[in-house]
Amino acid sequence: MDADSLLLSLELVSGSGQGLSPDRRASLLTSLMLVKRDYRYDRVLFWGRILGLVADYYIAQGLSEDQLAPRKTLYRGAPLLSPQVQIKEETRLVSVIDQIDKAVAIIPRGALFKTPFGPTHVNRTFEGLSLSEAKKLSSYFHFREPVELKNKTLLEKADLDPSLDFMDSLEHDIPKGSWSIQMERGNALVVLRSLLWPGLTFYHAPRTKHYGYIYVGTGEKNMDLPFML
Amino acid sequence: MEDLTSPKQEKENQEELGEARQSWEGKTAASPQYSEPESSEPLETKQGPETGRQSRSSRPWSPQSRTRTPLGGPAGPETSSPAPHSPREPSSTPSPPAPPRQDLATPPQSDRTTSVIPEAGTPSPDPLEQSSDKRESIPLHTSQSERNTFQQSQQPKPHLCGPRDVSYNNAKQKELRFDVFQEADSNSDCDLQLPAPGGSEGAPSMLETAIQNAKAYLLKTSSKSGFNLYDHLSNMLTKILNERPENAVDIFENISQDVKMAHYRKKFDALHNENEMLPTYEIAEKQKALFLQGHLEGVDQELEDEIAENALPNVMESAFYFEQAGVGLGTDETYRIFLALKQLTDTHPIQRCRFWGKILGLEMNYIVAEVEFREGEDEEEVEEEDVAEERDNGESEADEDEEDELPKSFYKAPQAIPKEESRTGANKYVYFVCNEPGRPWVKLPPVIPAQIVIARKIKKFFTGRLDAPIISYPPFPGNESNYLRAQIARISAGTHVSPLGFYQFGEEEGEEEEEVEGGQNSFEENPDFEGIQVIDLVESLSNWVHHVQHILSQGRCNWFNSIQKNEEEEEEGEEEDEEKEEPDYIEQEVGPPLLTPISEDLEIQNIPPWTTRLSSNLIPQYAIAVLQSNLWPGAYAFSNGKKFENFYIGWGHKYSPDNYTPPVPPPVYQEYPSGPEITEMDDPSVEEEQAFRAAQEAVLLAAENEESEEDEDEEDDYD
Repeated sequence: MDADSLLLSLELVSGSGQGLSPDRRASLLTSLMLVKRDYRYDRVLFWGRILGLVADYYIAQGLSEDQLAPRKTLYRGAPLLSPQVQIKEETRLVSVIDQIDKAVAIIPRGALFKTPFGPTHVNRTFEGLSLSEAKKLSSYFHFREPVELKNKTLLEKADLDPSLDFMDSLEHDIPKGSWSIQMERGNALVVLRSLLWPGLTFYHAPRTKHYGYIYVGTGEKNMDLPFML
Repeated sequence: MEDLTSPKQEKENQEELGEARQSWEGKTAASPQYSEPESSEPLETKQGPETGRQSRSSRPWSPQSRTRTPLGGPAGPETSSPAPHSPREPSSTPSPPAPPRQDLATPPQSDRTTSVIPEAGTPSPDPLEQSSDKRESIPLHTSQSERNTFQQSQQPKPHLCGPRDVSYNNAKQKELRFDVFQEADSNSDCDLQLPAPGGSEGAPSMLETAIQNAKAYLLKTSSKSGFNLYDHLSNMLTKILNERPENAVDIFENISQDVKMAHYRKKFDALHNENEMLPTYEIAEKQKALFLQGHLEGVDQELEDEIAENALPNVMESAFYFEQAGVGLGTDETYRIFLALKQLTDTHPIQRCRFWGKILGLEMNYIVAEVEFREGEDEEEVEEEDVAEERDNGESEADEDEEDELPKSFYKAPQAIPKEESRTGANKYVYFVCNEPGRPWVKLPPVIPAQIVIARKIKKFFTGRLDAPIISYPPFPGNESNYLRAQIARISAGTHVSPLGFYQFGEEEGEEEEEVEGGQNSFEENPDFEGIQVIDLVESLSNWVHHVQHILSQGRCNWFNSIQKNEEEEEEGEEEDEEKEEPDYIEQEVGPPLLTPISEDLEIQNIPPWTTRLSSNLIPQYAIAVLQSNLWPGAYAFSNGKKFENFYIGWGHKYSPDNYTPPVPPPVYQEYPSGPEITEMDDPSVEEEQAFRAAQEAVLLAAENEESEEDEDEEDDYD
C-alpha cells in the first residue's frame, strides 16, 4: 500500500485481523517518509510484515517511475533464529518477498498503463473499478512482468487493450480458486485474499482510487491448498 | 488566430466554432462573425492564447454589426450606450491572464453571448458586456476579455482594415489553415466580409473550399460508434479545461478514452447503479438497526437492569489492548460487533458472553461469539442424528435382506462415542456465529467427538455458508456448521490461556480425583488474584495456564470408556455369531489436567508453541504482554497483569510444518475366511500325478488281492 495513504489503507485492510499497533504505525509513517526522501523513490509502498518467531520484519518497497521495474526492498526487524541453518536469514527473507510478489501482488485493471515508449506509469485518470468489474477476477492483474500473455489465443488478444492489459490477469491462476473475493461493508469495499500465500490481503474501494495490498504472515506458502478447496 | 502556437489552440478554436455551431444552428454565422471583431487585436497586444477568435482581429466592425443585426431581434436584451470602456477595461484587464483558459472552456456561452448581442449599428462592447452580465460569470470573463481585446483593438486602431490585414497576414504566416478556416467560415456565411479584405478575395475561395472540406471530414460520423471527430475533440478539450489535470498531454489518450466511454455510460447509469448499490444499502440498513436498538428500550429501569447484570463484555476495551498488539478488526468494525453482541444478549437468556473471534472464509466470514446460557435456561437441543450409527444400521439391514447366503460383513463400526453433555467438556460453551454484524446470529450445534476426530484429519477452507457440505476423506459427519464448531472447539482447547492464578479450582468436597472420568473440570475466578508483572508474563511461559480442557484423541475431554457399554450389549444378547474383535481393555486416554502451564506444551519441530512479546518497546511501562500461538496461527492472548483476553482471527486451521497428506483408506476387508476348500492350490505336476496314481493303484491292487483272497476262502469253504 502506498505510504501516503497508509492510515486509510490499514483501516480498510483491518478485516483480515492483522494490522499494526499504534506505535508501529506512527514510526512507520515517519520512516517511510524518510526512506522516500533518502532513496528518491517515486513511490514507497509498505509491503507488509513477516511474522517471525521472536520478532517481526517490516518490509517496504520503493518504486521508481517505471512501475514495473525491479523494486528495491527494505526491511527492518530483528534477525531471528532460522530453523534452517546455513542460509542467511536475509537471503531467505528476500527470496520469500520476491516469491510472494511474483505470485500474488496484484493491482486492479487500469491502475497502470503502458506507454508506447516502454515504461509503465500510474494512471492518474484511474477512477476505480465499477462494482460489477470489481467482483470479477479478470479485473485484477499480477503486478509483474507478464508470463502468460503470449499464450493467449489471437482471439483473446484482439479484445485486449495493449495499453491497459499488459499483465496477467488472475483468472487463470492455478489452482483455480486460490483467491477469495469478498465484499465488505455491503459493496463498499472489495477484499481479495490469497489462499496460496495466506496473509496477503488486497483491498479496493470500487469507484475510488484507493487500492493496495499488504502481506502479514509467516512467509510460508500454503502447499495444502488443493486439499483444502 | 495569429496567436496560434500550437495545434491545441487550433483545436480549441475549432472547438469553439464547433460548439458555437452546434448551439446555433441557424446562427453559426454569428459566432465567427463575432470572433472577428474581437480578434481585432493584433497578436502583440494579446496575452497568449486569448480566444481563438481573437486572432481574427482583422475583421472590420461593420460587417459584423451588419451580420449581427438580424440576430438582434430574437436575441437578448438590447443594450445601449457605448458605456465607459475605461472602467471595464481595468476590470477586464486582470481577467485576460486568468480566463484565457476559461474563455476557451466556455466558448459556446461566449459565442452565444456574442451572437445574441443585438447590435444595430453600434458596435460597442457594452452590449456584449451587458448581455454577458446576464449570463454566468465565466462568459462574463470571456466576453470581457474578448471585449478587452476588442477594445484594445478598437481604440488604437480605428481603421480596421489595417490591423485586419496585418493580423490576416500574420495569420497566414502562422497558421494558415486555421485562419483560412475561420475566414472561410465567415466568408461563407456572409458575403459582407468580402469588400473589406480587399485584395484577398481569390485566395479565400480556394482556401475556403479546402477548409470546408476539412471541416466536413471532421464532422463525418463514424460508422461504428456514431461519434464524429469534431464533437469528440471539442468534448475532450472541454473536459481538459474543466478538470485541468497535470501534464495533460501525457494522459491525453486516456482522457480520450474516458470521454468516449462517458458517452455510453450515461445511458446505462440508472440501472447499474441501482443493482450495485443495493447490497450496500441493505447492510447499512441492518447496521442502522443495530444502532437504533438502544433507543427502543430507553426506560430507566431497564437501563439499570442492564447495567446490573452485565453479560456483555467490554469488547472495546479488549479491542484497544489487542490493537496495541497489532491485532484487531478496526475500531468501526469492532464497535458494530459490539452492538451485535448486545443484540444477542438482549434476545437470548445469556449469562456470559464473549467475542471469540473471526474466522475467514472463501465467500463470507464468520464472527463468533462464545456464550454461556443462564442456569436452567438452556435452549432445547435438537436431537442429533448420529450419522455413524445410522450407517451401521443401514449396513446390517442390507445384509439381512439378502436371501442368498452372501458372506456377512464382519465390519462393525466402532462404537459411536456419545457427545458430551452440554456445559461440560467440549460443549461447555455455546457458540453463535454471524456473517456480518447486523445479520442474525445462528447457533452452532454442539460438537460430537466423532466430528473432532475427523476434523483433526482434514483441512478444508470454510466457504462462509453454514449449510455447505464438507467433501473430504475421511468423510466428515456433518456440514460446515459442524466443522466450524469442531474447529472452534479445537482452537479453544488449544489456545485459551490465562495468567497463572487468575483461575483456581473450585473447592469441592470430593477432592481427590479417583474417578476415571477426568479430573477437575470446573474452575472459578480467583478473587484474590493480584496480578502478575507484565515482564514476568513475557519472560516465562509458565505464568500462563490453559483454562480449557484438553481434548483427548477420542474427541472428548472426559474419557468415555466404550467397553462398558459393549458388555452391556452382550448381556442383552446380540445376533452376531461371528467372533468379535474386542480389545479387552482400552487404555484410558489422559490429557493434561486443567490449568496446566503452557510451558508444558509440546514443541512443533523445534518451533516453540508460543511466542511472547511486549506490545511496545518504546514505552515499556505501559506495555502489555502479548502471546501469539505458533500452533494455531491467528490465536492471540494479551494481559496487562490483571486483565486478560483471548482472541482468534484467521482461517481456522492448525499449523503443520509438514504438508498435509490425506489419510489412506483402510485396507480392504477380507470377505471370506480362507480355508482349504477355497484356497487355490497349484495344479499337481506330472510326477506328482503319476506318483499319486501309482499309489492309488497300489491301494486298489491291495484291495483286490484281499477280495480275491476272501473269495478263495469262501470258495474253500464251499468245498
